[in-house]
Amino acid sequence: MKVSCPHMGHLHWMLDDLFERLGVDYVKPPPTTTKTLTIGAKHSPEFACLPLKINVGNFVEALELGADTLIMAGGHGPCRFGYYGIVEERILRDLGYDFKFIMLEPFDDGKWAFYKTFESLSPGLSIRKLWKTLKASFSKGRAFDEIYKRSLQVRAYEVNRGDTTRALKEAEQVLVPAYTPEEIEEGARESLAIIDAVDQDLDREVLKVGIVGEFFLLLEPFSNFGLEEILGPMGVYIERSVWVTDWIAPNRDNKIYGFPKQLVEEKAAPYLSHNVGGEGRETIGSIVLMAERGFDGIIQLLPFGCMPENIATSIIPKVQREHDIPVLTLAFDEQTGRAGLVTRVEAFVDLLVARRGSKLALAGAATATDAATKQPSLSKI
Amino acid sequence: MRVGIPRSLLYYKYLPFWKTFLAELGLEVETSPLTNKQILSWGVEVAENELCVPVKAFYGHCMALRGKVDALFVPRVVSVEEREYTCPKFLGLPDMVAAVADQLELPPLLTPKLNQREKPSEFKWQLINFAREEFGVGIMDAVAALETARLAQSRYQESLVNGHKPLDMLPASRLNRTRWKAPKDKRKRIGLLGHPYNIYDGYITQNLVARLEEMGAELVVPEMTDHHVLMQAATDVPKQLYWTYEKEIMGAINHWTGNNLVDGVIYVLAFACGPDSLVQVLIEHRARMHKVPLMSLTIDEHSGEAGLVTRIEAFTDMLMRKKTKAEAVA
Repeated sequence: MKVSCPHMGHLHWMLDDLFERLGVDYVKPPPTTTKTLTIGAKHSPEFACLPLKINVGNFVEALELGADTLIMAGGHGPCRFGYYGIVEERILRDLGYDFKFIMLEPFDDGKWAFYKTFESLSPGLSIRKLWKTLKASFSKGRAFDEIYKRSLQVRAYEVNRGDTTRALKEAEQVLVPAYTPEEIEEGARESLAIIDAVDQDLDREVLKVGIVGEFFLLLEPFSNFGLEEILGPMGVYIERSVWVTDWIAPNRDNKIYGFPKQLVEEKAAPYLSHNVGGEGRETIGSIVLMAERGFDGIIQLLPFGCMPENIATSIIPKVQREHDIPVLTLAFDEQTGRAGLVTRVEAFVDLLVARRGSKLALAGAATATDAATKQPSLSKI
Repeated sequence: MRVGIPRSLLYYKYLPFWKTFLAELGLEVETSPLTNKQILSWGVEVAENELCVPVKAFYGHCMALRGKVDALFVPRVVSVEEREYTCPKFLGLPDMVAAVADQLELPPLLTPKLNQREKPSEFKWQLINFAREEFGVGIMDAVAALETARLAQSRYQESLVNGHKPLDMLPASRLNRTRWKAPKDKRKRIGLLGHPYNIYDGYITQNLVARLEEMGAELVVPEMTDHHVLMQAATDVPKQLYWTYEKEIMGAINHWTGNNLVDGVIYVLAFACGPDSLVQVLIEHRARMHKVPLMSLTIDEHSGEAGLVTRIEAFTDMLMRKKTKAEAVA
């Protein structure tokens, strides 16, 4: 049995670890490329959301590599994600592929079914062992999330462009072989130290930008053209509202993001008081939260036509007005080009710089200090 | 107090219920006019451009009620069946409208939450509490209003199953008393699949129903079949759909193809409709398996009349030829 499952950002590190522990032969789909998306878009319905198209591409490429068992996560709605698997299976079968298809439904929707799904992959697996395995792999996933999170903040201050990305690659390799809980803990420390060791100019004035929106677009750098690596070198300190392990964790305490789901939802309540699926409510809540924490601006990412995010987008103008924070909404589909994205992001960053400058000037006039010296210059950034 | 019901979205499903309930509570009920150019262009201007056209029209209908009513009835219909949802957009609708309410000077919103996802009986209490909190109606009066409303709704649904046309296919005064046209040509039984708020909104779908009737087609719509039959037929999928209205659509095509009730299907979807974009794959597969011709008709606010006419003419002609050929062979 050769098992495969689609890419989602750096989830594959965790899956590598998980399948190794379970003794399952894992066929990692080739890294997502434009070709993957072309294949996916060709066979998927026109206005299905972008993640589905990328999933289909990943599956096709994995099947070509010899995978015979495909796993896809499920859900109970109302977002489309929970029904992806069924549609993807249909598309692949219509293409003539023969495979076994497994839907992994969330733990909360049936604990026994959840266990049985894993047991079918790794016969004889005990509940105890599954629990231990998941716990270990999950902690490794957390360690990966930690280094990516740190890199988003360090990149804004790096002295030599590209240092952070290089350090990140190095840190990944430190974490990959970690197996026992002790090794993972040690690896986590060591890899974070590597990121921190990047040469930084801490006096640099940086912009604080929050990235919020739909989880797949946030987690998968391919889908957003590596937005974080575009923003970082412009001197932008980034925080992101969704992380792989935060998203998987059933209790949704958002350890990596730092603000539990419940708090985020409370923040959203004056604008969006009900769950609308996906991250719709979290997007609104995070914008409020980040505005309160003094961020300069927010970028919202979504796949074109994403229902929960479109609800959020409809409400954002009000949040923007009341919290005085600029929000840039970027919708992605298979037609989106990198150049257009970069132009829009650059313009947004310019706007934020100018905005901060005029704010400082206002404050400066009030305290009769020389505002010009405080004004961040673009050349610095 | 005058309460306005926008003539859009779930209006097409639950108007008899809502209208009766509000009227029984002693309120005056006003609905917005049929969708027209002004209403849709208002909606398109205000709404986020990625939303589906019926939701855009909803904004327009809210605006059309400005100055005419004291409150707008925009319920949050979360779920109408156990363990299912409606559509995310219905979950967020009151918040979406509220976000532009000040800017557009809309009347205050009445947004009762209707959720039967956990327990079907909760629905009753949600409405009773709504009546008590908003209008100070006593519990017994609210229960009575609810019962009358229920009766009105089930009478309406019965009449649909008996072959009457749904709302808005005729002037308001003759609500729901016209039957579907008897077919001139038995060879064209066309199943018209899609959400009622698209199909029966003559402006959004460019009078699709009337055009097909003029062409002499015998129309079959999901509303003609008992809800439970549709829900049962919809279970023929690997994983149960969690969107009730898509489940009805899925049930309809399964029912039609399984019992040979149609010669062809026209599937009307709104551009960027989330649930339909996925269910489409399963529906097209089902039609292919049963060798029933299916045409997916995607509509949005830019849809032109000429394109639509050409396509439905070509489709009906194709159905005729197919049938004639089959008869000749037989």
